[in-house]
Amino acid sequence: MQNTLLSLLIWLPILGGGLVILLGNKRATTARWMSLALSVLVFVMSLSLWTGFDSSTHLMQFVEKSAWIAQFNINYHIGVDGISMLLIILTTFSTILVIVTGWEVIQKQPAHYMAAFLMMEGLIIGVFSALDGILFYAFWEASLIPMLLIVGIWGGDNRIYAAIKFFLYTFLGSVFMLISLIYMYNKGGSFSILDMHNLSLTVTEQAWIFWAFFIAFAVKVPMFPVHTWLPDAHVQAPTGGSVILAAIMLKMGGYGFFRFSLPITPDASLQFSDVMIVLSLIAVVYIGFVALVQRDMKKLIAYSSISHMGFVTLGVFALFLAYNPNNLEGALLGLEGAMIQMISHGFISAAMFLVVGVLYDRLHSREISTYGGVINSMPKFTGFAVLFAMANAGLPGTSGFVGEFMVILGAVQANIWYAVLASTTLIVGAAYTLWMVKRVFWGAITNPAVETLNDINGREFSILAILALAVLVIGLYPQPMIEVMHTSIEHLLNQALTSKL
Amino acid sequence: MVNIYLTIILSPLLGAIIAGFFGRILGRSATHIITILGVLISTVLALMVFDYHVLEKGAVFNQNIYTWMQVNGLNISVGFLVDGLTSVMLVVVSFVSLMVHIYTIGYMSHDKDYTKFFSYISLFTFSMFVLVMSNNFMQLFFGWEAVGLVSYLLIGFWHHKESAVEANLKAFLVNRVGDFGFLLGIGLILAFSGSLDYAEVFVSLGNTDNQTIWSMDLITVVCLLLFVGAMGKSAQVPLHVWLPGSMEGPTPISALIHAATMVTAGIFMVSRMSPMFEMSDVALTVVMIVGAITALFMGLLGIVQNDIKKVVAYSTLSQLGYMTVALGVSAYSVAIFHLMTHAFFKALLFLGAGSVIVAMHHEQDIRKMGGLKKYMPITYWTVLIGTLALVGFPGFSGFYSKDMIIEAVNFSQLPYANLVYYAVIIGVFVTAFYSFRMFFLVFHGESRVKHETVKHLHESPLSIIFPLMMLAIPSTIIGYLTIEPMLFKGWLDESITVTSSHMSMVDLKHEFHSALVMIFHAIQTIPFWMMIGGIISAWVFSLYKTQWADWVQTTFKRTNYVLESLYGFDRFNEIVFVNGIKKLGHILWKVSDSTIIDSMIVNGSARFVGFVSSVIRPIQTGYVYHYAFFMIFSLLIILTWALFMGDKPLLEI
Repeated sequence: MQNTLLSLLIWLPILGGGLVILLGNKRATTARWMSLALSVLVFVMSLSLWTGFDSSTHLMQFVEKSAWIAQFNINYHIGVDGISMLLIILTTFSTILVIVTGWEVIQKQPAHYMAAFLMMEGLIIGVFSALDGILFYAFWEASLIPMLLIVGIWGGDNRIYAAIKFFLYTFLGSVFMLISLIYMYNKGGSFSILDMHNLSLTVTEQAWIFWAFFIAFAVKVPMFPVHTWLPDAHVQAPTGGSVILAAIMLKMGGYGFFRFSLPITPDASLQFSDVMIVLSLIAVVYIGFVALVQRDMKKLIAYSSISHMGFVTLGVFALFLAYNPNNLEGALLGLEGAMIQMISHGFISAAMFLVVGVLYDRLHSREISTYGGVINSMPKFTGFAVLFAMANAGLPGTSGFVGEFMVILGAVQANIWYAVLASTTLIVGAAYTLWMVKRVFWGAITNPAVETLNDINGREFSILAILALAVLVIGLYPQPMIEVMHTSIEHLLNQALTSKL
Repeated sequence: MVNIYLTIILSPLLGAIIAGFFGRILGRSATHIITILGVLISTVLALMVFDYHVLEKGAVFNQNIYTWMQVNGLNISVGFLVDGLTSVMLVVVSFVSLMVHIYTIGYMSHDKDYTKFFSYISLFTFSMFVLVMSNNFMQLFFGWEAVGLVSYLLIGFWHHKESAVEANLKAFLVNRVGDFGFLLGIGLILAFSGSLDYAEVFVSLGNTDNQTIWSMDLITVVCLLLFVGAMGKSAQVPLHVWLPGSMEGPTPISALIHAATMVTAGIFMVSRMSPMFEMSDVALTVVMIVGAITALFMGLLGIVQNDIKKVVAYSTLSQLGYMTVALGVSAYSVAIFHLMTHAFFKALLFLGAGSVIVAMHHEQDIRKMGGLKKYMPITYWTVLIGTLALVGFPGFSGFYSKDMIIEAVNFSQLPYANLVYYAVIIGVFVTAFYSFRMFFLVFHGESRVKHETVKHLHESPLSIIFPLMMLAIPSTIIGYLTIEPMLFKGWLDESITVTSSHMSMVDLKHEFHSALVMIFHAIQTIPFWMMIGGIISAWVFSLYKTQWADWVQTTFKRTNYVLESLYGFDRFNEIVFVNGIKKLGHILWKVSDSTIIDSMIVNGSARFVGFVSSVIRPIQTGYVYHYAFFMIFSLLIILTWALFMGDKPLLEI
């Protein structure tokens, strides 16, 4: 049983999604319940990844390997370590949320909608567990398709533009990754990612491979300056699409840096770490200012996502400067902080997009100026919204604080100026988030439509409450998560610091 | 003991949770009983803790509760450090909080969010306990931000008021500016010591020797960064701008959060960090000067305020400045002493002001009051006690603490200490002037109250009067009782470190005989006569010759303008920071993000591809004969080339 757990996690939702399509849009209620049951089942199963996880080793666990295309030595090879395991659980968790979120709102082809999310869940779990380069690439590209459809079919008025922009942009990025994978196969004779970790590469080769990977991952994260597809995609995507996009798909980019860039091209990562840090800091500071002046709530949160993801790449690439042979904490704080930031951002951005979704479902407007004084008609909802806004602003006690705190502490040890610039998020992040809160939730009611708003129903309440709980638990007690990833991260740190030359 | 500490912290939290989630179901009285009970338990236990740690000289308690995070050798935990300093803070916070809880019953009785208010103030009490009991920087920062959060929620409690929700945003953001420095300071501390635990950090302070950053001593930079945090929370110039705005919140929280407890967190923090600040005279000098500027110049603003709460607010700013000055001259225990006396008399003054506001049907302009003495005798006498304590009338609690600060500055060897000495002396006059100006305008003289209000004027209900009386007691006697043990008999010795080169405390001890002697000695000191002068001037301008006040205002128009525009801080911030940053954001968004990156580069490359294909497209006509023609034509060229050209032509011409 245990040996096939990962495969089940990948294929159960994909096949289940197929089944839901077969059920058809006419049997929508059955389709909804079945999707929910499937997603809950997959989530519960994914928890046994954690409970069965051995955090004392960095080796891959739950490994499955069988030949796929034997003549090219391509294998169906999957497994997880402390890094990917957490991301998989985040994926299975978020999928439940989006299925419940789309419950009533999606009336257009509801079965297909649910199926798209289920299939995407399986494909993304595939991305996080693939240990074979080609398998990884296949899942990576395949996961674009459901998202393309979600934006393109259930999106807003300008959905085709956004969907195509999203698709072309990310697709273009990953082509370069494929080239590097093939290059390394030609050199080392194996598509196994773990073999690539040990493949010796010259400076020039590493530089080329590093930038090829960079294009693929930076677009996904997204890093400045290849970020402009994200606001467009978010604005057009339905709420569930935004949630998955922000909570999971962006993490695929961050994960790429962890799994590919650092261990495969350690010397190039060191060489170009300055560039990466500069881009990360631009994301944190510049994007923060851009977020401040947004009038569309979803755009604001999209920009805020970019800014928060800047902490991930900052934490990853600050490790080279923060590293000190007598004291690993600086580098580890950066890396583990980046990881925590990814998980935490998964919850917080999901929550923020759901909050906007709740408002959008009622008044069909994402404009900040439409609202004002929402607390008067929706007090419970406002309570949640303020909590998540505070988490977004990195308030201690919420998960948003933990990652930023760790990355900033690590950055101080790399270069105080990095920390100074990164810390401006304390001010700017609070400014754009709370200014939005002020204009949307506080104040007197100016738009009569706001007065008629109904407070959240039980379904919405339970989604937000679960997210609130997650955000608080991670904020108050992050240790279990750190413990489970620590050995893997330490191993990764060693790989990143060991020259291949 | 650990169970006692946990109970102190958790009982207000439990109260807050019950009130927050079930307040509407439980109803009003059940809610306030539960939350008051929670704080009462904390208060009683805090007194026990005080007895054990301070009176019985029990051992310092320093223990972790749980590991928040373990990264290799770095352990960040949640834990308690309880010693004399913490015990004093616990008693002050819990007692004032208890009084404010009781007071709220009367003050907020008509508010629809009554239960929510109780939930918030209990949550605040919890957060403040976390802050003062912390044994490490992470938890300190947690408490620090948590009190900021509750302050944000409470300033904006009446969320329908635009001014309130503007003020709470401003308060949060200005505090975040302070936290920005604070967090960087914590980062540097971790970098040099490898720990965030106070005790471990203090042990490794030697690591900073000869280390520099930004061409200053590392420890100086660390202290200055931490002090930036303190400037935010304790509202020191120029980060003071949020505190007057915070008066938009209901009066009970102005007393609890924005006078007695939260705003003194910065003072507490610097005292806690005394081993660090003692290593840097530069940092101490900065602390002292910032404090002096705040003490004097914010006091001056109190003179031109006409809103009863704003007067008390500026007085709070000024008194926080006094505490900061005490920190700067290494008289940490004096700062804590003033923090304590101030907490009692300032809470009393705010609650007294609230009592007046309730009686006046939420009219806060002191020009529309007058002669309230006969309607509200208990409020009158308790506010008089608070005012006498504030101006430092001999015998009252504020007298001792303020006098000690002034003397400590007098003995300080720091550069500019002599100038600071004048500032704090003049400050005494200013304090007496604005305090009694308000007092006379509110309670004495002829009534300027609106006719319809007069009919309803009466003393406030018991729930409001009782806390006033309870706070009046310590405002009167606490200074007399505690000055000797707290400053000179070692209540705080285990918590505070003073290096031998900073002589202020030694000199103070040398000069001090007894609390009683101080009273009789007072007449021979300058501060006493400054205070008397302030009271008399206030009487002249507000009761005896009110036309003189108008004359001064018109004659010194420019000075008056400077004061009334609050030195232009708000306008400067509005123009430079608020509008400047909005403009910057707009330019970055529209020009750089939308136009250059998105339109030109991203969509531009898409258009380029489209352009190229539009050029190539006509070639693909779809007519077979076009293709056939191209094929044959091309073949011709290739054949020609192969036959006649190249390195080895097949046919020689």
